[in-house]
Amino acid sequence: MSEQAGDHQAHDPSWERRYERNAFVMLFVAFAVMPAFIYPRFGSQLLCFAMFACAFNLLIGFGGLLSFGHAMFFGMGSYLSAHAAKAWGLPVELAILTGAATSLLLGALTGLLAIRRQGIYFAMITLALAQMLYFFCLQAPFTGGEDGIQSVKRGQFLGVIDLNNEVAMYYFVFALFLAAFGLIHRIIHSPFGQVLKAIRENEPRAISLGYHAERYKLAAFVLSATLAGLAGATKAIVAQNASLTDVHWSMSGEVVLMTLLGGMGTVFGPVVGALVIISMQFYLAELGSWVTITQGIIFVVCVLAFRRGIVGEIEAWLRKRRRPG
Amino acid sequence: MNTQALFGQLLIGLINGSFYALLSLGLAVIFGLLNIINFTHGAQYMVGAFVAYFLLNKAGLGYWWALVITPFAVGAVGVIIERTMLSRLYKLDHLYGLLLTFGLALIFEGAFHHQFGSAGMPYSIPESLQGVQNLGFMYLPNYRAWVIVASLAICISTWFVIERTKLGAYLRAATENPTLVQAFGVNVPRMITLTYGAGVGLAALAGVFAAPIYQVSPQMGSSLIIVVFAVVVIGGMGSIMGSIVTGFGLGIIEGLTKYFYPQASSTVIFVIMAIVLMIRPQGLFGQR
Repeated sequence: MSEQAGDHQAHDPSWERRYERNAFVMLFVAFAVMPAFIYPRFGSQLLCFAMFACAFNLLIGFGGLLSFGHAMFFGMGSYLSAHAAKAWGLPVELAILTGAATSLLLGALTGLLAIRRQGIYFAMITLALAQMLYFFCLQAPFTGGEDGIQSVKRGQFLGVIDLNNEVAMYYFVFALFLAAFGLIHRIIHSPFGQVLKAIRENEPRAISLGYHAERYKLAAFVLSATLAGLAGATKAIVAQNASLTDVHWSMSGEVVLMTLLGGMGTVFGPVVGALVIISMQFYLAELGSWVTITQGIIFVVCVLAFRRGIVGEIEAWLRKRRRPG
Repeated sequence: MNTQALFGQLLIGLINGSFYALLSLGLAVIFGLLNIINFTHGAQYMVGAFVAYFLLNKAGLGYWWALVITPFAVGAVGVIIERTMLSRLYKLDHLYGLLLTFGLALIFEGAFHHQFGSAGMPYSIPESLQGVQNLGFMYLPNYRAWVIVASLAICISTWFVIERTKLGAYLRAATENPTLVQAFGVNVPRMITLTYGAGVGLAALAGVFAAPIYQVSPQMGSSLIIVVFAVVVIGGMGSIMGSIVTGFGLGIIEGLTKYFYPQASSTVIFVIMAIVLMIRPQGLFGQR
């Protein structure tokens, strides 16, 4: 997805930094006051999916790898976190960590296989591996099959903050989201992130410069998987359930859609995309199949006419306005 | 050992293998020329089954008519899709083709789900193919035998057209170097359009074959296409014969797994994919 490549070159870094800081402040304020305007439980779920999309974007936007199986990390994180909280009775923070750690392991395992091929094959392989995991979850005893894991207890965070309070839950998820967002920001601006970008732009050249492209790609894959698992694990606590929906291929498609709509390779795009898609699902829920049809149409329109996504378009407009001609 | 059940599962394996082969063949043909993985393939297979159902119930045209009309009807839709959408993406990263066709698959599936719900609709076996043969060791339903033989025949004729005819030579040349072939006066864009239409037609034909075996339902294509992707990864998309052999072979392996270790039957193809990726990442018949 090298289309944005050209955009990055001719900008002065101080403007970029100012733009990122301002956009972040706006995002922070918007989320900080959100519980005053919308149902906090819905807000918490929004944040989980925003986290999921950001994790996915780390891989496609900065590593150039399109995974069509990210539901397996989200879903496994969700299942293990729900299971740890319910069956093992672990406190919420450890349950979430269990979920994320499971996705880390799964990411390492599947990543080793998937990075052996590139491009379209990579997408097909991740999709197939995720489908395998779906069948595993359908049959494994601990997942509860078609019923999933229901009525998971939220408990107290560090034994102090009662998460059964929806507003407390919201700010707990918000803190987790900020941590994940900050980590991703750190990763893409680190030397590691720069090498990753170099590999995305021209892999043979990066290899000839002495970088082990495979190791970098695997590391990016595992990081992305872990954060996706963290998002799923948190979602299981928020929604108090984990089910087959979380590992289904349509979930993998949804996170692709969020990122594409918001803007692949932009820092804030996935958050905006998740906001739009999840709100659409929420408000169109009664219309049933129309949600699927609308999602399909958004995919087609984005690919044909709108490849930069919402945030990508705004960024391009801001840059053009700043430097006419 | 219960031979009756074993051969029964082998037969189901061969049937599934026919569909794997037909669909992965179409994917390979499309990928060869367009460099696009057609995610809509499963939806187009589903639409094929629905067209057969409509022809029977709305127009009174039976199975044999459906076999002829459906591939052309659905193929024509494919041609429109290629002309209006896919053709704008050839200069971009190949992944956009995957995303676009995924979106189209969602639209098809959502629309049919909206109209017909998720309950499957039955399509009866044509009269001339009803009945069963007693082979001594097992009973072979005529229709299933027909599907296996017909799929095999279609696969082999596709192979023949691509590998042994002049048209196929153009196709293969355009796969290698479209600019050069165009310079020789071959209308490559039209060839690309027709190739996509033909690939889609193959998927629709598979859908007609499937209609009497499985229930005709909007989600019949989506889980199948993911398995077919795994089949394609295992075979590698380099060779036409490769996708035929892999398709049938994996169907048989899946059937055997259903008999010997049923718990693994839904995952065995994915496990094989993982093993192949470890040993031979380019796929069994892949070149690079």
